Amino acid sequence: MRKVYSKIESIAGNVITVSADGIKYEDLAEVSSAHGRSLAQVIKLKDDKVALQVFAGGRGISTGDEVRFLGHPMRISFSDNLLGRIFNGGGQPRDNGPALTENMIEIAGPSVNPAKRIIPRNMVRTGIPMIDVFNSLVESQKLPIFSSSGEPYNELLARIAMQAEVDMIILGGMGLKYDDYLFFKDTLEEGGALSRTIFFVHTASDPIVECLLVPDVSLAVAEQFALQGKKVLVLLTDMTNFADAMKEIAITMEQVPSNRGYPGDLYSQLASRYEKAVDFEGAGSITILAVTTMPGDDVTHPVPDNTGYITEGQFYLKNGRIEPFGSLSRLKQQVNKDTREDHRALMDGMIKLYAAYKESMEKKSMGFRMSDWDTKLLKYGEIFEKELMALSVNIPLEKALDKGWEIFAECFMPEETGMRTELLKKFWPGKEEK
Amino acid sequence: MKDIISTGKVVGVNGNMVTIEFDGEVLMNEVGYVKLNTPQGEKNLKSEVIRINGNRADLQVFEMTRGIGIGDVVELTRNLLAVTLGPGLLGQIYDGLQNPLPQLAEQCGFFLDRGVYLDPLPAKEWDFTPVVKPGDTVTRGDSIGTVPEGIFTHRIMVPFNLLDTYKVKSVVPAGSYPVSGKIAEIEDSKGTVYPLTMRFQWPVKRAIDAYTERLKPVDPMVTKVRLIDTFIPVAKGGTYCIPGPFGAGKTVLQQITSRNAEVDIVIIAACGERAGEVVETLKEFPELTDPRTGKSLMERTIIICNTSSMPVAAREASVYTAATLAEYYRQMGLDVLLLADSTSRWAQAMREMSGRLEEIPGEEAFPAYLESVIASFYERACLVRLKDGSTGSVTIGGTVSPAGGNFEEPVTQATLKVVGAFHGLSRERSDARKYPAIHPLESWSKYKGSVEFDKTEYARRVLYKGNDVAQMMKVVGEEGTSLDDYIVYLKSDFLDSVYLQQNSFDPVDNSVSVERQRHIFDVIFKILAAIFDFQVKDDARQYFNQLRQLFLDYNGSGWDTDEFTAKEKELLDLLSSKQKDIDETAAQMLETTR
Repeated sequence: MRKVYSKIESIAGNVITVSADGIKYEDLAEVSSAHGRSLAQVIKLKDDKVALQVFAGGRGISTGDEVRFLGHPMRISFSDNLLGRIFNGGGQPRDNGPALTENMIEIAGPSVNPAKRIIPRNMVRTGIPMIDVFNSLVESQKLPIFSSSGEPYNELLARIAMQAEVDMIILGGMGLKYDDYLFFKDTLEEGGALSRTIFFVHTASDPIVECLLVPDVSLAVAEQFALQGKKVLVLLTDMTNFADAMKEIAITMEQVPSNRGYPGDLYSQLASRYEKAVDFEGAGSITILAVTTMPGDDVTHPVPDNTGYITEGQFYLKNGRIEPFGSLSRLKQQVNKDTREDHRALMDGMIKLYAAYKESMEKKSMGFRMSDWDTKLLKYGEIFEKELMALSVNIPLEKALDKGWEIFAECFMPEETGMRTELLKKFWPGKEEK
Repeated sequence: MKDIISTGKVVGVNGNMVTIEFDGEVLMNEVGYVKLNTPQGEKNLKSEVIRINGNRADLQVFEMTRGIGIGDVVELTRNLLAVTLGPGLLGQIYDGLQNPLPQLAEQCGFFLDRGVYLDPLPAKEWDFTPVVKPGDTVTRGDSIGTVPEGIFTHRIMVPFNLLDTYKVKSVVPAGSYPVSGKIAEIEDSKGTVYPLTMRFQWPVKRAIDAYTERLKPVDPMVTKVRLIDTFIPVAKGGTYCIPGPFGAGKTVLQQITSRNAEVDIVIIAACGERAGEVVETLKEFPELTDPRTGKSLMERTIIICNTSSMPVAAREASVYTAATLAEYYRQMGLDVLLLADSTSRWAQAMREMSGRLEEIPGEEAFPAYLESVIASFYERACLVRLKDGSTGSVTIGGTVSPAGGNFEEPVTQATLKVVGAFHGLSRERSDARKYPAIHPLESWSKYKGSVEFDKTEYARRVLYKGNDVAQMMKVVGEEGTSLDDYIVYLKSDFLDSVYLQQNSFDPVDNSVSVERQRHIFDVIFKILAAIFDFQVKDDARQYFNQLRQLFLDYNGSGWDTDEFTAKEKELLDLLSSKQKDIDETAAQMLETTR
């Protein structure tokens, strides 16, 4: 039986200190207070003093409360029983189902040996043309969705969760509004995707320490499923809340802040999570899509800035659409050569004309006279935005490419599109039948 | 591999720092091993002493510290953090502590297990040819013999840490010997005999100084990127930095350089960046052939790979590991290029450690010694004359990832103070798909390039003026610009699109030899210096569009082919068709160089 300590020597924020021996770094303990039990993790050892971070927070803990050390670090149960279930950041059920205790695995394990990584090669189809056609998502890619606060990023994630061609989804919610949590739950339930989804949800009203655990728990479980051969898509929302939780705790721990109050290891902390994205040769893969809200729509804010240096591109959500100019998938070249011969050319061609449309719009708003070409572009832009850019569009890649040609045919003469002749011959609608 | 001198006991753990209480002596920066009992058995975690106070010492642990408890034993080795030097380093992929990653993967599988340290040198036999005989006098850095390592002659040297003068007592005859086998015995002035093998250790944080003198770097280190070699050159033995926001192409530029640079050996230190990018290099280099030797590029490359999710203390060590390996090959009279990507991540690793030590922070919480540490790292680049009269060099190029893409931050500023060339990447240029996205007007170099300085300065002035005109045109429109100004603008735009920009996907254009750069720069210079006979702007624009199209084809045609000569003639004919005179200053320059 493990020793129980009943003299808490200091309580500051979420951190309590007890005198104990034989304790290992990062071990867990259980704190029993009048308000219930909570887990706590060892975050500092100094002589016989043990500092613990209490997951449920320090509020309401008495100096006489009991601390019982469990003798192991943070763990989470791993089995197929997780599927369809909803947990909090500490791994406790929040869906009235039974707590799971079999086959416990450690979270935040070691990183993958770079020599064992492979060059990404499989596309993840999402049914969203702005992703599939213009910035393909690739298996094992890590991509953030940069957006400002009012944007429908959770709707986008939910759509991707329902439509993406993967074996399973792990959704990690950090600082979610309770409404958003219910939205995710209801949408996936209605769409019939709940049975292949695991939720780890921290809502805005839950203790802040649990927020920190969400990515680690989600990714540890994802890693196990991937090793079993599953294609796992991990959706995280919102990583800015995660970074803010880190900031809050670092400041209460009296760490020296570096940039706008964030701790100096923000980059390493984010990287150690994002770098869990991997394609295991001979087994499954982990792909990460993570919402990063940009305070003040400022991409140079420390969180999006550090994220941009870590991830392989970004989706830029603006005015309810995935903006084609700010968005970039650094890995798309690995996959879009093997889809259909017109994919790359159409992708470039449509974006060039859309850029021209933007210029015409600018001219129009400044009151310049519109030429015939401008009028054509204005028509094109409008149709393009409605039929391909809107988030509600859900069509497979091939259909989206066909749609692209149809839009071209509706607005332009073949030679006006700047596409290569052999492609025009093959794909220009209405010709090959006759 | 480790000799235990003294031991200590853990009395504190905070992140990747442990505090120990010791008896006896402790050496600053010596290596210790924390003994950890895990369900998988005992593990020894490598760590380094970074502060000593009374009978307590702080150690940074190069591994995850989970599971360390109060009272755990720490063994101290009395050795500084060191790398193993010897034949077999080329073509290897190491982590920041010189642990070979492919071998580690064979042993541990997908993940990096803690506390596994493998021999960095492959256990193989080498064809040794002695160059000394018994009775000869040798000092540190002198060759005992040589072994062939791929395309190079690898010198087996007297270890750099043997400071006396020695007499060779015995040396093995030519033949095949294992890397750890004895090949010679030398005797110092006091009569102590030292057995030598092909390998020895050297502490990473001390620069290797077994040479006669340091020389001033003058010869250009050719990267085959036109913009760099012509306008902002780097010298062999010099330093340069590449700061830029994310997505501007820092890593791509370094990858191109690592392939094409005209040096003997390239050492890539992937320091705290994405693992995916290293994987591209890992998988592609063995497939690519080095145009200079016809062998696989991997044979001249060493990769030090400590990516962003690997332990942060080892990240700090990784750039020093890379520098030490570079200096070792420099001692063989070779030219070595060290590419560090990214030095910001290295500086951040220092910041994390400094925070744990509760040091008083400087700007943006970086430690106050940031500048001096960066300076002493770049100072390890040098051109030296060795004891046998030959020269060797280490060139260092580091990328910087400034927060928010703003160069006014401590790491960029500290780096700019000490480097010889600055290749600043610009978001504007990368957004406009102008690659390489180095800003031609903001970047600078203190080294001498391959093309006459006067001429490149002339071209640079055209760029400046063209830029001014472009700014002005944004306000007054094309109509409000004079024809002369407009032509300057067209000239600068022309120079930008056919010379500064380079297509890395084109088989010819992706690497341009110095010879070709000089040749085509002369053609460009004639165009820049020409005074044209145009009546209206439309004519001028059309003419320059024509010139550009021709020049791009010219860039795409193989060096010294018939196509190349034909295109050149076409270009020059087009030029003379509209040229009415030549600018006076430029004419003088042409006169003097003739």
